Amino acid sequence: MREMRDKLVSRVKELLADGSCDRVIGWRAGEFCYDVTPEIFTADNVDEMIFDDFCGPNQSKYLVNAPKSDDKKIIVLLKPCDSYSYNELITEHRIQPEKIHAIGVPCTGMVDIDKIRAKGIAGITGIEEDEAGTMLTVHTIYGDSTVAKKDVLEDRCYFCKGKKHVAGDEMLVPDEEAPDTPEAGDRMAEVARLEAMAPQERFDFWRSQLSKCIRCNACRNACPACTCRTCVFDNPASGVSAKVNVNSFEENMFHIIRAFHVAGRCTDCGECSRVCPQNIPLHLLNRKFIKDIDELYGTFQAGAEPDVRGPLVSYTEGDAEASVVLRREN
Amino acid sequence: MQRIGVFVCWCGSNIAATVDVKAVAEALGKQPGVVVSKDYQYMCSASGQNLIREAIRDSRLDAVVICACSPHMHEATFRKCVSAEGMNPYMLEIANIREQDSWVHKDRKAATEKAISLGTAAIAKVQLNAPLFESPNPVTKRALVIGGGIAGMQTALDIAEAGFKVDIVEQKPTIGGKMAQLDKTFPTLDCSSCIVTPKMVDVGANENITIYSYSEVEKVSGFIGSFHATIKQKPRYVDATKCTGCGLCTTKCPSKRNLNEFNMNLNMRPAIYIPFAQAVPLVATLDPTACIHFKTGKCGLCQKVCEAGAIDYDQQPTYIEQDYGAIVLATGYNQIKPTKFDEYLYNNSPDVVTSLEFERMMSASGPTAGDLRVPSTGKRPRNIVFIQCVGSRGKDTCREKPYCSKVCCMYTAKHTILVKDHWPEVDCTVFYIDVRTPGKNFDEFYRRAVEEYGVHYIKGMVGKVEQGDGCLKVQASDLLNNRQIHMNADLVVLAAAVEPDPSARHLGTMLTASMDTNDFFSEAHAKLRPVESPTAGIYLAGMCQGPKDIPETVAQASAAASKVIGLLSKDHLMSNPCIAHSDPTLCNGCSQCTNVCAYGAISYQDQMVVYKGVRETRRVAVVNEAVCQGCGACTVTCPSGAMDLRGFANNQIMAEVDAICN
Amino acid sequence: MQLTEEKTAGETAVEEEYTPLIVAFCCNWCSYSGADTAGSSRFQYPANIKIVRVPCSGRVNPLFILRAFQRGADGVIICGCHPGDCHYTTGNYYARRRMTLLFSMLDYLGIEPERIRMEWVSAAEGAKFAAVMNDFAATINRLGKNRKLRDLRCAK
Repeated sequence: MREMRDKLVSRVKELLADGSCDRVIGWRAGEFCYDVTPEIFTADNVDEMIFDDFCGPNQSKYLVNAPKSDDKKIIVLLKPCDSYSYNELITEHRIQPEKIHAIGVPCTGMVDIDKIRAKGIAGITGIEEDEAGTMLTVHTIYGDSTVAKKDVLEDRCYFCKGKKHVAGDEMLVPDEEAPDTPEAGDRMAEVARLEAMAPQERFDFWRSQLSKCIRCNACRNACPACTCRTCVFDNPASGVSAKVNVNSFEENMFHIIRAFHVAGRCTDCGECSRVCPQNIPLHLLNRKFIKDIDELYGTFQAGAEPDVRGPLVSYTEGDAEASVVLRREN
Repeated sequence: MQRIGVFVCWCGSNIAATVDVKAVAEALGKQPGVVVSKDYQYMCSASGQNLIREAIRDSRLDAVVICACSPHMHEATFRKCVSAEGMNPYMLEIANIREQDSWVHKDRKAATEKAISLGTAAIAKVQLNAPLFESPNPVTKRALVIGGGIAGMQTALDIAEAGFKVDIVEQKPTIGGKMAQLDKTFPTLDCSSCIVTPKMVDVGANENITIYSYSEVEKVSGFIGSFHATIKQKPRYVDATKCTGCGLCTTKCPSKRNLNEFNMNLNMRPAIYIPFAQAVPLVATLDPTACIHFKTGKCGLCQKVCEAGAIDYDQQPTYIEQDYGAIVLATGYNQIKPTKFDEYLYNNSPDVVTSLEFERMMSASGPTAGDLRVPSTGKRPRNIVFIQCVGSRGKDTCREKPYCSKVCCMYTAKHTILVKDHWPEVDCTVFYIDVRTPGKNFDEFYRRAVEEYGVHYIKGMVGKVEQGDGCLKVQASDLLNNRQIHMNADLVVLAAAVEPDPSARHLGTMLTASMDTNDFFSEAHAKLRPVESPTAGIYLAGMCQGPKDIPETVAQASAAASKVIGLLSKDHLMSNPCIAHSDPTLCNGCSQCTNVCAYGAISYQDQMVVYKGVRETRRVAVVNEAVCQGCGACTVTCPSGAMDLRGFANNQIMAEVDAICN
Repeated sequence: MQLTEEKTAGETAVEEEYTPLIVAFCCNWCSYSGADTAGSSRFQYPANIKIVRVPCSGRVNPLFILRAFQRGADGVIICGCHPGDCHYTTGNYYARRRMTLLFSMLDYLGIEPERIRMEWVSAAEGAKFAAVMNDFAATINRLGKNRKLRDLRCAK
């Protein structure tokens, strides 16, 4: 991982030096090694950029509001799953690829700090991956521990889309030569499990989850599909604006509408659930829409390629009637 | 806050009998912003309208809510009324308390509560209304008539007479339609071709009319005043500009055994043919499925004999692109093939025929030159049985139509009179459910058949037709005398139901001209707008709108023409101002809305936007106001709510919902 | 925030004469006219069904539907032109996809999917309009009060 970071920084330095690009959206470590934030670096501070197993944030979204420059490009670093969001943003004209230099970076899965902690490891100061990328050495103020990487991945990484980038002007490592991504499970299994529940059980599950929402808007702010200049929930003229969820209805309303607004555009990058401080499995709302779309209108992966018409702005004359929802066997 | 006037109509007793209009006016008078609330017997009458106008003047109203019949009925009336007083016509909302309240509920308390609720919703909405302004769109002064039967011809002639260009698109090789196939017409016994062929000639000769025969309308886009159509001319393998209609090719063609559609398949025609002698255009058409040249590459006789050099085996379809201001649908009808009526033996006996086949058998231009013969024996029939309502007025949806085909009673009376007139010795029996003769001189005509000509009319249905020895055996019931009848017939004529031409379905979808469950085109209003489709700029003539006879068809055709003339005589149409608009400060420029716009009305522009003190160039959606039709599909696609619809804005609909649920 | 599911003591008593409220979004061209046709033909249906006129079923925003439930509706029905007959050519096709997904999502959240319905009613189908409304009203009567998706502040 260390070598990969150095390789990345030196490549970025080259690009910044040759005059084609003047800034890069990278990751910066916070006070703790696992507090990683995206930040725009320039030639002056690019050495401070990190790239490790905590670099989860999907950078594509930050391109939307990154300061514009007329002659110089901005560099963005895309993990394979981030590249889907990048394409989707191109489709929606939210970013101008001609003003961006996208570097595809490899990924072997991102690590969830809470899962390391759950193993009784505290006072974490850093992690290091072994050669094969299977074991992690966790440095702590109490000394080093070792954990298997596959046990401490972020939830979304267990449903990895694979090592192939679907966008990018160059690859730091060609996809074929990149290390393997984690083995992917059935991402719809959890949705199916919920579908199989009795309605009241399902209702109770979602109530218990959504009632945790503190309306911090982290999901919305991290979501690469939620790029509205002014969100309907922030716009007093929309008639539905609210700064907080006052009651269960508004909790439902916010999350239903948020999921609906990104339906057909959500790439299932999982940022919403990753950033949720209350650990609400928000991605299960998005995945429900994806599952329905796949089953009713044909398999669709948002962002697999740019300039594709999404399933909610398409139709066929023979589409299922809405009553299909009632007939479906749960 | 707006000063709102509320006007509750009694509609005589239509509303007042079920809804306590006084209570509604009183309750709505207490709503915020309402400064006047009145009720009146007939709000749409001159005095009712005066009441509204006085209130606008005296109480300085900004907006008006009328609780009355459906907006589809009188929205235009009331808009005119308020604008006469200087109010913007879009500062009006209507609460539908007749069709959607007093007429569908019986409980007075519930209906009154509902009326108050609907009125409250209209008040809530009108508070958010803003004046809207119509803008002018140019009108293309050319009409498209689809169908070249009597309906289409009459419409085209009337429009052309008024000085406008008209194009007729006819799918068959000639115009003339079903009327050209008829022998005589009821109740005058006029010779059908003697009155229709001169019309065909007039159409062909009129310099304002262009006939696209053997053609179909492939595609239509646009809207009232500016439609754009693509017309496909099917290859007839004959250059219509060269063909003189001499008919030499048709006599020389060796492939002669092809069913003659014009004669209802009762005889044969050559592969290259002219449907009938008076066809317009008088041009031969080659049927490639029957032509030896197309099958084997040999023959080519027609090409050899054609002195004009008109035969072109390589002809391809041609496409004509044209703009129109108005479209008239005159696609006509067909008689159903009674193949699903096994009990009448239609599939098994040549002596069981439909009434349209019978027309050809009786016609001087038909296969037997009007000499009526039993098809199987070639002899004069001794007795004919006419069976009415075959496939009409039935409940069995797989083979029957629920409606009355309207023309069968009269043409059957005509058939019997014609038969008796020529051959008094032929016995005619008609089995009927009801005889319907509402029309000028219709009943007199029917009674002539019974009283003067001695035609036997028996109320009852035929149960079975069987092949007997040298004749057909008919088994029927006589309901009036409560007895079973067994009789012989040499010929059985089935008054098979009429149905809309199958091409209508596709056209209806393409033009968004709505249809009823029987595929007849729907009129904009059953009573008041019978010749217009609900889709603006589309007009209806003839059987495609519902069963009707020739004079009714001609009347409707002329009525449709006068509507078209009224439209085309305008230079501009005022556009519907209830259309979409995008707020550039909210627009993300994501283009999702463009994807769902059926009219291509949304484009994107880079615009300087100043928002919260920041000036920047943004890619934003711009709605072409002349093209937008106001459906609002884009508004739901827009996640930020930048795209909204005037007249049906997000906040207006939500205000209505809130008021209704309160 | 679990209040929605709890019955207050007084509510159970009122429950018996509770008349549910149904909001019907009807497209201007087909279904609103179909409702008018039902009116001219005097086909009866319950008075607790109230119609909101929209230009097209494609105009119906999921926000409107949730709003209706929030404000106390017990059922919401969206009516449009039959597929292929949309006055605006394609509006009902998009509406069909949107509504299918929305209905499915509500079902997924454990909210009775029978509370929301989409039906195609043409201008000529007055009898169908009344039949659909009677059937829907019966369904909502059976389901009773909407408890799972409402806003207590708006409860009467």
